[in-house]
Amino acid sequence: MVFLEFEKPLENLYEQLEKIKEVGEKGDVDVSAAIVDLENKIKLRRKEIYTNLSGWQKVQLSRHPERPYSLYYIDQICKKFIELHGDRRAGDDKAIVAGIGSIDYQTVMIIGHQKGVNTKMRQYRNFGMANPEGYRKALRLMKTAERFGFPIVCLIDTPGAFPGLEAEERGQAEAIARNLFEMAQLTVPIICIVIGEGASGGALGIGLGDRTYMLENTWFSVISPENCSTILWRTWDYKEQAAEALKLTAEHMHNFGLVDGIIKEPLGGAHTFPEETAKAVKRYIVKAISEIKQLSTEQMIHQRIEKYSNMGQYDTV
Amino acid sequence: MGWFKRLKEGISTGTNSKMETPEGLWYQCDECKTTTTQKEVKENLYKCPNCNRHTRIGSHEYFEILFDEDSYHELFGNLVSKDFIGFTDLKPYHERLTAAREKTNLNDAITVAVGLVDKKPLVVSAMDFTFIGGSMGSVVGEKIAMSIDYCIKEHLPLMIISKSGGARMMESAFSLMQMAKTSAKLTLLAKAKLPFLSFLTDPTTGGVTASYAMLGDINFSEPNALIGFAGPRIIKETIKKELPEGFQRAEFLLDKGFLDFIVDRADLRKTVGDLLKLFDDKPTFEGEKKDVIAINGREVPNVNV
Ligand SMILES: [Zn+2]
Repeated sequence: MVFLEFEKPLENLYEQLEKIKEVGEKGDVDVSAAIVDLENKIKLRRKEIYTNLSGWQKVQLSRHPERPYSLYYIDQICKKFIELHGDRRAGDDKAIVAGIGSIDYQTVMIIGHQKGVNTKMRQYRNFGMANPEGYRKALRLMKTAERFGFPIVCLIDTPGAFPGLEAEERGQAEAIARNLFEMAQLTVPIICIVIGEGASGGALGIGLGDRTYMLENTWFSVISPENCSTILWRTWDYKEQAAEALKLTAEHMHNFGLVDGIIKEPLGGAHTFPEETAKAVKRYIVKAISEIKQLSTEQMIHQRIEKYSNMGQYDTV
Repeated sequence: MGWFKRLKEGISTGTNSKMETPEGLWYQCDECKTTTTQKEVKENLYKCPNCNRHTRIGSHEYFEILFDEDSYHELFGNLVSKDFIGFTDLKPYHERLTAAREKTNLNDAITVAVGLVDKKPLVVSAMDFTFIGGSMGSVVGEKIAMSIDYCIKEHLPLMIISKSGGARMMESAFSLMQMAKTSAKLTLLAKAKLPFLSFLTDPTTGGVTASYAMLGDINFSEPNALIGFAGPRIIKETIKKELPEGFQRAEFLLDKGFLDFIVDRADLRKTVGDLLKLFDDKPTFEGEKKDVIAINGREVPNVNV
């Protein structure tokens, strides 16, 4: 188990639990009462810690090294999945996975950022930071889905689009812009779910749809707290303050009306009971698809564009 | 269903054009130089039992691998090429055609069949490299056009198995225009919302790659297949440089974004069957063993990484 800084009190309790269990296994002392006692303590402590998480703590949870990534959800949700590759232009971006799959009796196109699970895979996946090829692969497959009437599911989990020299040369901004333009008019339902980090344009590049849901311990904003701190405070050190100031949590985003719902996570985060989390995600996807399918194509696109048209706050003088 | 009835009428599997594989004949792999029997190679779907090298096979071998037993029959088998412009290189085109027909027992470089793959109907247009290098002339173009019309009329998906040196020079600009013709016709299939699976096999080059082969809703290939526009020898002579390892091979194309995936011939039938189900309205995979993508919450690391 990996413990984040604010989870340290839990780590101590877990260590005690391990020790007592060891003693119990030797068989001399009856430790069952002590075990129950400790487990209750862990439960209480867990509740204390997780019911009042700060923005920064949620950012940390959204990046938890054991957090499930897109391929995990795909594996749990789909009965069948065939991964498809390439943008048919220049490359195949490993930071975005995509493919055709089936949820219950419905064929869907699933597209998601993918982070790596170990050092080697993190590099292979470029830490979930997509290049233009990733966004173009996503769009190509969205167009395929549109032609055949398959709903599109986008799983968002990125620290940002890759800020690289070649990415600029090949049109990182154009690729994201093109996706936003095209996604607005796609004739099939689009369900977007933030499963981890929703950093800026890199997230939105596969994140415009009829429904956007956020898992409870995720964030979605115009910039990461670290980069915000660097730019506005001119030092990396104010990331906690930046995280609060940006109001980037699922709760804030939902209250702002910028996302359509929050998917509850198990206490302690998605990684503590990943199968439960995946089940909840699946429920939201299935429900959203059936709701949107009640609409005519014109109504669906109209509502989608209206939804985004209403985003913005201002006064008049 | 109209198409199914017709399947029963005439089953012509074209056994006369199958590869000759007399028992006891030896086979030496070009790649690993291992010697095995022809029989072993055939039973291994014409792959080297030692290094898994996928040898080149013809349209009828692919039909046998893909279709459910006795479920398919040939379409448009009566089209033959003609020497319209009186073309002669080392020998007249019409003589070349006669020789190719005799050698291969095929009428041209493409054979079309309709049948069932895992109980799902599919039209397959498969090219034969043994017929004048799998070159695309008027007959190849027309048979693809007819396949597309047939798919639209019967509401069936299309799979084209490409295996070609490119356009057929002996038909000059007529062969060039088959690129335009097949591509234009494919837009009708797309408009009819029928899936087009493009399977690029070793080798797929020139005008075939630059038209229908690259236009699939799904583009896929066999391991190590040569796929490109210009041939490697021409490129090498033009740029006067050695070509990088693996250049124009299927794995190279996958990395460069032009293939959706590479499939081992042993998994071809299953994969095509799965795709057909997914492109269907209500896919069911009940009772099937699930492919594992992730274990205990973690991605199964790609073995190729
Ligand atoms: Zn071999």
